[in-house]
Amino acid sequence: MSLASRPTPGVDPVLLARIRRGRRSEFLFAAIGLLVLLIGIGTLFTLLVQLLLTGLPHIDLDFLTSYPSRRASQAGILSAWVGTCLVMLVTAAIAVPLGIAAGVYLEEYASDNLFTQIVEINISNLAGVPSIIYGLLALGLFVYAFGFGETILTAGLVLGLLIMPVVIVATREAIRSIPREVREGAYALGADKWQVTRMFILPAAKPGILTGVIVGMARAIGETAPLVTIGALTFIAFLPPPPFRAEFPWLSFDWLWSPFTVLPIQVFNWVSRPQTEFHELAAAAAVVLLALTLLMNAFAIWIRYRARRHLG
Amino acid sequence: MRRLPTATALAALVIGSSVGSAEEATLVRIDGSSTVYPITEAVAEEFQNVHRGKFRVTVGISGTGGGFKKFCRGETDISNASRPIKESERQACAQNGVQYIEVPVAFDALAVMVNPKNDWVDCLTVEELKKIWEPEAQGKIDRWNEVRSNWPDRPLNLYGAGTDSGTYDYFTAAIVGEEGKSRGDYTASEDDNVLVQGIANDPNALGFFGYAYYRENADKLKAVPIRNPQTGQCVAPSVETARDGTYQPLSRPIFIYVNVKSLDREAVASFVDMYLDTDRIVDLVTEVGYVPLPEEAYVLGKENVDKRRTGTAFHGGSQIGVSISDILAAERKL
Repeated sequence: MSLASRPTPGVDPVLLARIRRGRRSEFLFAAIGLLVLLIGIGTLFTLLVQLLLTGLPHIDLDFLTSYPSRRASQAGILSAWVGTCLVMLVTAAIAVPLGIAAGVYLEEYASDNLFTQIVEINISNLAGVPSIIYGLLALGLFVYAFGFGETILTAGLVLGLLIMPVVIVATREAIRSIPREVREGAYALGADKWQVTRMFILPAAKPGILTGVIVGMARAIGETAPLVTIGALTFIAFLPPPPFRAEFPWLSFDWLWSPFTVLPIQVFNWVSRPQTEFHELAAAAAVVLLALTLLMNAFAIWIRYRARRHLG
Repeated sequence: MRRLPTATALAALVIGSSVGSAEEATLVRIDGSSTVYPITEAVAEEFQNVHRGKFRVTVGISGTGGGFKKFCRGETDISNASRPIKESERQACAQNGVQYIEVPVAFDALAVMVNPKNDWVDCLTVEELKKIWEPEAQGKIDRWNEVRSNWPDRPLNLYGAGTDSGTYDYFTAAIVGEEGKSRGDYTASEDDNVLVQGIANDPNALGFFGYAYYRENADKLKAVPIRNPQTGQCVAPSVETARDGTYQPLSRPIFIYVNVKSLDREAVASFVDMYLDTDRIVDLVTEVGYVPLPEEAYVLGKENVDKRRTGTAFHGGSQIGVSISDILAAERKL
């Protein structure tokens, strides 16, 4: 009898209203989320399109193979992109082996004591230190104390230090995500710790480590502040000495000691000139920098893909 | 383990190939003022075109003060300077045994600019500029009619060079009367393009920076004539008025300083030779938007370099109202 008096059996109207309100706010939240996403993507897209429209017409073989010039029509980025590539090479040579080794040690070997905890806290903190601080450190330590001067070596060292925390953290995350069974299975077969690390842990962690390395390198390639601090130079119209020689020992590392300039500094220099033609050249150089970064990313994705297939 | 010897060999190679003296000997290191940079860059470009593979030149921008710091530590061979060397810098150089030759290379004018929509300002006196820029003006002189009462009651928005630049040093010395003293509540930037954009988009703006930047943006800005305190005439900035000395007190000589010891190296000596080559330098200076000195000045400069006449003819930093004939006299004095 009381059952028949209810309008819709089983559903409480208060609850129904609450559900409707819930749906409305859910829709509202999704709409706001989409709007925010569009603002972000839209800004980036506009910037990119504007950069490409201004920059692309200036990019040709001459632009890539000419030295900087006071005349915009003759200016190019040869010394800048060669400098960027060489500095990146040194950066990778410093940050990758040291970063991975440190990550493996902390994750696999280090015992959990006060010392390890202090090291860990410091690494997380280092990842958040502004890049200009690294520049000041490099100025005092590498340029003056070690006497390396304003060279490719110094630049590679400072950028290597800058991205090392990123590589360490990525390595540790990657190792942590490896299933326990892989490790236990290997130990069960009688492998020792180094064998397990070398043959199972590192290969399985490779995709994750590579992602970290690339995130770090992508940050390093666009860095200007630490390089300006160590005194990277703005006008360089020569290339570092070549790494290969005709006579023994064939390899030469003189280029490490060469003065250099890099793409972000060239962009910075051109943007601060009065003539608009140079501003367009700066956009063109920025496009090249973007292309280099994408190329580096693509390379990493390719290696990662191969590594995954290999594992599968 | 197998790979270890290779790695050791590589490491040894890297360390072994440390800074070769042959490398250093062919290198000309230059740093300093961003105002002088375009001229030195132009000379460096020509120099590299002639001597590619033989000599190498690097030019950095650390500002006049930053450049002298490196120069007096002996880290650079040549220093670009938009004002004469200061007493403190001379002492630093002397302490490290760095002797130098001072060579004026061009004349530069500072332009005072307003928005093109500004139709009330046709001339400014040094006193008015001082009233606007002196430290006491902070928070007091904020409207145009407070500068001259018949000007409109509009906000006065100021733009100027940042405190690290030789341009700021010179402007404050010439206008406020004391180097490095000015009000702090203005839009300051070391990047002159920021100032150009600011003034071009703000009808109430007033700002100052190097004439070369004004020349490139003459369609977006209006340069204000400045009353010459000696003649009482209002003079607009231009290459001609800077050269004939009527645009005063806002024109100034700019310099390079050459380390005497570095001149013993063929690379540095031939670079300075090319810098002071009268067939070339006048055109280069004009091309990058500065006022060249008369040929005689470069010949005198060359003579001072050849005879190694060291020291400065301008004691005590920025000097106001230096004309081209003053420069010639100063160069002869060395």
